[in-house]
Amino acid sequence: MKRIARSTLQTAVNLVFFSVLATAVLASTYFMTHDAIVKSEEAEKLKLINQIVPSALFDNDIIQDKLSVPASELLGTEDVTTAYRARLKGEPSAVVLESVAPDGYSGRIALILAVRANGELAGVRVVAHKETPGLGDYIELPKGTWIKGFDGKSRAIYKDADWKVKKDGGQFDYMAGATITPRAIVKAANKALIYFGENRDKLFVANAPQKETTK
Amino acid sequence: MNLQEYKDILHNGLWKQNPGIVQLLGLCPLLAVSSTVVNGVSLGLATALVMAVSSGSIAPIRSYVPNELRIPVFILIIAVLVTVVQYLMNAYMYGLYVVLGIFIPLIVTNCIVLARVEAFASKNSALPSALDGFAMGLGLTAVLGVLGAMREVLGKGTLFSGIDLALGDMAQGWVLHVIPDYKGFLIAILPPGAFIGLGLLIAGRNWLNLRAEQKARSKPVPAPIVSPEAAQG
Repeated sequence: MKRIARSTLQTAVNLVFFSVLATAVLASTYFMTHDAIVKSEEAEKLKLINQIVPSALFDNDIIQDKLSVPASELLGTEDVTTAYRARLKGEPSAVVLESVAPDGYSGRIALILAVRANGELAGVRVVAHKETPGLGDYIELPKGTWIKGFDGKSRAIYKDADWKVKKDGGQFDYMAGATITPRAIVKAANKALIYFGENRDKLFVANAPQKETTK
Repeated sequence: MNLQEYKDILHNGLWKQNPGIVQLLGLCPLLAVSSTVVNGVSLGLATALVMAVSSGSIAPIRSYVPNELRIPVFILIIAVLVTVVQYLMNAYMYGLYVVLGIFIPLIVTNCIVLARVEAFASKNSALPSALDGFAMGLGLTAVLGVLGAMREVLGKGTLFSGIDLALGDMAQGWVLHVIPDYKGFLIAILPPGAFIGLGLLIAGRNWLNLRAEQKARSKPVPAPIVSPEAAQG
């Protein structure tokens, strides 16, 4: 009996030792790479913003004209996110919002949306997802053009019932075999537009046109 | 360990026991990521790195790990190393990280990694173990690269597309358009293309092996009869 107890204890100690060691290695790598990861993700985001906001729409420094958006159920966000405002001659022309589709096939799909001042989508892109490669990943631009189907859509032309994939009676295309993925994104886009409608003024005005940054 | 043994380790990994076309281990990434050369080789090298480090780091501690605990401990170590590689790629090779996506964490489940740790590193010292892991990883990389090239040329008519993701913007012009104005051959890019390509590679290797054996047999010197190498599952 004693022998068994001792060997059990030994096993436990052994496992704990290796787990602690592993955690230490992981944690230190995490802290070492964290800044670089944030930086490269931000650089990627800027590239995306330039894709979805037509350059004719703004003449301001869009990266600097940002606003913190509190977590919102309509946006599917659990943390404060950043909205970027596009302005033309000082007039608000579009806003770039982050949104999360929580119900993708393999978890959350992070989106970035540009909404014109009139409530029309200028563009949507997928920032991060874990959908099945080769099946659900046509939502990413180089792998499929599906995501461009959102360009120019608004809640003025499509009612709630239209914001669904065609299989569910809506207006949006999907690919057979991967319906859950587009369903999640369409839903998230619609909700983001509702959010925009409710918060339009807050989004554009909050901290007014920023001062010219001196270089 | 003498030089010959190191050579044997390399030969085993790259040809005789090649994980991709002889042991047929690690087929999940092999089939999924080999749609282009760049994808295949990148994931192959990431796997080789993980294998070399995991084999090399498990070998010296093998006597401290009780036998009944070895699988969880080995998997823990492999998982940590893979996550470290994932963090590093996320930080410094963002484009490639996005392309390889879920297949980086999936290196953990690639049975070839655990198989080499179990079969080699748990019985040998650190240096040969690291070499064995690396050689096996390189063998896998070679298969991924060849299969990727076959599928990419047939499917898209290009070679090295996406190389700028791995090596930065300066490599953008390195993409070869092997067949200009190619309309594409979808099945080569889709998973069935991977199965067909892999089958051809295995057949090719077996043919080369048989030919070498026949040559050896037809020599006047009576050689001991070797049983044809059985494919392993």
